Amino acid sequence: MKYAFYPGCVSRGATPELYSATMEVAGRLGIELDFEPMKTASCTGSGVLQEKNQRLGDTLNARTFALAEKSGLPLMVICSTCQGVMSQANKRLKDDPDYLASVNEDLAEEGLEYKGTVEPKHLMWAIIEDVGLDALKAKVTRPLTGFKVAPFYGCYIVRPSEALEFDDHPEREDALEQVIEAVGAEVVDFAGKTACCGFPILTINQPASLTMVANHTGEAKDKGAMAMVTPCPLCHLNLDGYQPQASKIRKQPIDLPIIHFPQMLGLAMGIDPKKMRLNKHMVSTSKLLSTMALSP
Amino acid sequence: MEVTLSVKRYDPDAERPAAYNQDYPFDIEDNATVLDGLIKIREEIDGSLALRCSCRSAICGSCAMRVNGQAMLACNTKIKDVQPKHGDPIVVEPAGNMGLVKDLVVEFDIFWDKIRAVKPWLQPEGPEPKGEYIAPNEDMLHLAGVMSCIMCGACVSDCTVMEVDQNFLGPAALAKAYRFVGDPRDAADDERLGELNEYGGVWDCTRCMQCIEVCPKGVAPMDRIMAMRDKTIEAGHTDTYGARHTEAFTDMVEHSGRVDELRLPIKTFGLFNIKEMLKLAPVGVKAQLAGKRPPIIHKKNPGQENVKRIFKKVEDKR
Repeated sequence: MKYAFYPGCVSRGATPELYSATMEVAGRLGIELDFEPMKTASCTGSGVLQEKNQRLGDTLNARTFALAEKSGLPLMVICSTCQGVMSQANKRLKDDPDYLASVNEDLAEEGLEYKGTVEPKHLMWAIIEDVGLDALKAKVTRPLTGFKVAPFYGCYIVRPSEALEFDDHPEREDALEQVIEAVGAEVVDFAGKTACCGFPILTINQPASLTMVANHTGEAKDKGAMAMVTPCPLCHLNLDGYQPQASKIRKQPIDLPIIHFPQMLGLAMGIDPKKMRLNKHMVSTSKLLSTMALSP
Repeated sequence: MEVTLSVKRYDPDAERPAAYNQDYPFDIEDNATVLDGLIKIREEIDGSLALRCSCRSAICGSCAMRVNGQAMLACNTKIKDVQPKHGDPIVVEPAGNMGLVKDLVVEFDIFWDKIRAVKPWLQPEGPEPKGEYIAPNEDMLHLAGVMSCIMCGACVSDCTVMEVDQNFLGPAALAKAYRFVGDPRDAADDERLGELNEYGGVWDCTRCMQCIEVCPKGVAPMDRIMAMRDKTIEAGHTDTYGARHTEAFTDMVEHSGRVDELRLPIKTFGLFNIKEMLKLAPVGVKAQLAGKRPPIIHKKNPGQENVKRIFKKVEDKR
């Protein structure tokens, strides 16, 4: 299946390993990612730009949707934050035809018009809704038996559930657990899995942000997790990059690798961890990979 | 319908007070609410269960509690809608982030202290009118949402920042602040926004959307907090890390179409902010060593002139 591919800022910035891992697994799953229609698309605004001017954010996202519509391809994202911000903008645009028409006026000069037909879809949802868990299982060459992993959704791919259309897609609510089980790994459930990672207030209230990292990674570790998996690169940045500082708050080492969603798929498909840059994490994955009899 | 409620129990007067979960299996009609179930337990199974409720119609806001880990009003939550998969019991716990009195009853002191802190009363200026302070309907419409708040505390219960920082004013109080900041009759905006710009105010919200998700009345506190961030910037409070982060982020999207993660923290803190730069340094060096450094040369997206034009068009409309 072919998608217009929106990689987002972070997979091309601070988490290049997310980009590499996505490229490694997509082809094997029969997913064709076409960046061409999205090459001029802007950042979603990430909720930050929307603080200043929500209409501006909605117009930029409407432009991205119009570009996807023009390509005739469904739109795929690999970042929960992109997913959430796009879904919220899309809801506002689709719910109010007058608003959509007025936003379209600002796209007209470029010859674009958003007709309201796009449904941005995270790779994690696409695995369940488009590829299918059975097809995924068929591609698993190295089941992750014995791999105890804690799912970390973060915020934007679970709330607000209305904008994310959980009523029409109840499978989205526990998508991460379903995929973890499909690749043969074991889910370590914990209370913090849909809480905030703390990233958005990292530069504003660092003690609170680090406490969130300490609480979530610490809780998962206490429950026996060998790693945490997340569909959000921003959660990854905080939970991975700031874990050493968070350990000081917890007053004990946490040492919990934080892996990106497609990296987990890749490990189950026997892809070389180095090709997915698993050796490029701040919290080392080498101990985990050797436990799983894989070399980093 | 067969159902099991697993209720968090806590009795401060017990010999050795400790919280534990107690399972109550019972039969109840298919349309019953969680509150119906709890009342049945109290009246027919275990009279020692403490809970707070009054109107049973989602008006009084007394019965906010956590059901399966999420805050909601027990009276407008149907049991059949919260039955977990695989026949697990429904877990019922007291609201979070507030002190525990007994079982499902929490004390609201924290909640009311925060509400009082935002001075939740109208502060008009000029001579007092003979009758009421009148405002045009259309100027008040945007406040209808926040005025629907029934002070149930569901948003405070699940606020992810209050969980780690008790200084945060929190969603209920900040939504209440918006009710006055956005009121055309109120003349204390400058003072209010100045206070909301401080530590614990609008910038400490992490945008996790829990308050939007759990509010039973559609108050959407987080949306109000975001609206007040813009108002603080517009009022000239631009020298906070929050405001600077928002401004730098927006400038980057306008300039290149994408976020420049290398320069965003530097622009937020200021290059000569030695204290913050030193704090950033260890993570920066480690990221560099791990090969996780964003590109040094941040290229513009192709066709960026179209994005810039949209910025101008939309901003001109304000």
